[in-house]
Amino acid sequence: MNIFVCIRQVPDTTTRIKLREDGNGIDETDIQWIISPHDELAIEEALQLRDRQPGSTVTVLSAGPERVVESLRMALAMGADSAVRLDLPGDADSVVNSQALAAAIDKQGTADVVFVGKEAIDNGAGAVGTMLAVKLGFPCINVVNGIDYGAGSVTCRRDVGGGNIEIIETTLPAVISAQVGLNEPRYATALNIIKAKKKPIDTLSTDELGISEADCKTLLKNFELPPPKQPCHLIEGSPAEQATELVRVLAEDIQAI
Amino acid sequence: MKILIIAEHKNGVLAEATRELFGLPLGQAEIHAVVAGEGIAPLAEPLGQLGAAKVRLVDSPALAGGTGESLGQALGQVIPQLAPDVVLTAHTPQGRDLAPRLAEGLDAALATDCIQATFNDGQVTLRRPVYAGKATAEVEFTDDSLKVITIRPRTAKAPEPDTALSAEVTSVSVQLSEQKTVLKEIIAGGGERPDVTEAAIIVTGGRSLGSAENFSIIENFADTIGAAVGSSRAAVDAGYRPYRDQVGQTGKVVSPQVYIACGVSGAIQHLAGMRTSKHIVAINTDPDAPIFQLADHGIVGDLFEVVPLLAEAVKNRTGG
Ligand SMILES: Cc1cc2nc3c(=O)[nH]c(=O)nc-3n(C[C@H](O)[C@H](O)[C@H](O)COP(=O)(O)OP(=O)(O)OC[C@H]3O[C@@H](n4cnc5c(N)ncnc54)[C@H](O)[C@@H]3O)c2cc1C
Repeated sequence: MNIFVCIRQVPDTTTRIKLREDGNGIDETDIQWIISPHDELAIEEALQLRDRQPGSTVTVLSAGPERVVESLRMALAMGADSAVRLDLPGDADSVVNSQALAAAIDKQGTADVVFVGKEAIDNGAGAVGTMLAVKLGFPCINVVNGIDYGAGSVTCRRDVGGGNIEIIETTLPAVISAQVGLNEPRYATALNIIKAKKKPIDTLSTDELGISEADCKTLLKNFELPPPKQPCHLIEGSPAEQATELVRVLAEDIQAI
Repeated sequence: MKILIIAEHKNGVLAEATRELFGLPLGQAEIHAVVAGEGIAPLAEPLGQLGAAKVRLVDSPALAGGTGESLGQALGQVIPQLAPDVVLTAHTPQGRDLAPRLAEGLDAALATDCIQATFNDGQVTLRRPVYAGKATAEVEFTDDSLKVITIRPRTAKAPEPDTALSAEVTSVSVQLSEQKTVLKEIIAGGGERPDVTEAAIIVTGGRSLGSAENFSIIENFADTIGAAVGSSRAAVDAGYRPYRDQVGQTGKVVSPQVYIACGVSGAIQHLAGMRTSKHIVAINTDPDAPIFQLADHGIVGDLFEVVPLLAEAVKNRTGG
């Protein structure tokens, strides 16, 4: 099987965000970059599937500037067979990112299955996988936390909110977006991280992909940090008095109960 | 400007998140609504009373299952006929699955999970969270393509229905091609308590609860005020709660009216999931716990003592 994984490089979850001076993005100095957490699940799923299907390969794609090479190396260290960077600025929108990924998959041949994370934790749009599927003419199953592989089809469990689970069957090829619970991503060993440093990583330019950054339909601007919070009002007294006062606040001041 | 609202529904009732869309500052825009599914005609009346001038019904047994594929195909055919400037839907599990399908299929611009939206004189102003709510940004549209926009639930308050209003109702039919995806089964979970993404109040417990059984303290209090029960990741990882209750960067992003965090330290990844809550309450033994920096009200105390007293205080107030 030709298995593809699309990953996004994002700031580490503990990063304190600082804004750029012009307010139209974040200050990227001192940021620790990681593979977006749901994308690690996508990589793991691809590796497990490959290992059950002799002759399969896992190709990892990431659109972004030079820095994303580091995350692609991490995917290679986890066990992916090859990795390709699609040269786009970090702030390209979902439309152009999905265009780039679709073009890259077409260039590499045919895909049997494409795994993505359910959303990247920087932009959080959760759109690229679905848009990619529409471009490729593949069905797309989102927010998947369990997969049974059949012959030419897969059955997915998906989290549809309200504690409800949908069981959906789809033909392959398909795009599947990974949700927590799908698997436990492996850690790359130190040895494999060192080995991955020597592996080649191809880059495809926008020209080679036949796309243009100018096709972005949206851009983000005027970033703001959340307004500073008023200091917390601490409720004093005995535990019983504290409880009575908090319930009064909820009922009378906030009128929530 | 013409705005088309995609109405979501379950068991014959409009979703609250759809009703809220009519409460956004929609300016002088012409509001249309579309409902897809089976046996959905009765939903035209409440949509009219909320302010839809025209309602299109896409009624088909093939849409009963409501897979993203069938819904996307059906609406992908209907929307161009109506030629809206904006397609608006709630950022619910259904909306987030559907919006990118429509945007891609209709060559539209997409802005998801907006927490501010104003429509005025043909101008659309949107703000959405980025970096898991650590910042927000304005969305600028670079051309005049159709705009597909999803709005985070609880961004606006649903207006009271006006029984004097009614919509012009039309049925439209669609041709669905052979489907690649088939919905086999829906396994209902959840039970009696509301889901964290839908609840007006959430009571969340953390690792400090110490066991799944001890979470009954949180549940009892939540039930006295009709709240959902949330969980930190540490409590999910320890097996005290199912993953669906997890709030945070890798869990659910919630925006309730009141968020009550009990024995939750307030790790940055947890805050990412709840920082847009309107009102935050923290109960923690450690006065230096980071959660107090975000909280509006706090009690420095032992949750095993305070939370049962809260349940009692609610019962005393309501005389129950
Ligand atoms: C990539 C990544 C993603 C993550 N995603 C999430 C996520 O989505 N959601 C999430 O929640 N976390 C997430 N985390 C984990 C996060 O970093 C924290 O580890 C977690 O939130 C801590 O949970 P906690 O507050 O329950 O536990 P702790 O941090 O252990 O805090 C327990 C708190 O309880 C207080 N306490 C103890 N006893 C009592 C008592 N008797 N009464 C009152 N208070 C008491 C303590 O003072 C302390 O503040 C993520 C981490 C990473 C690295």
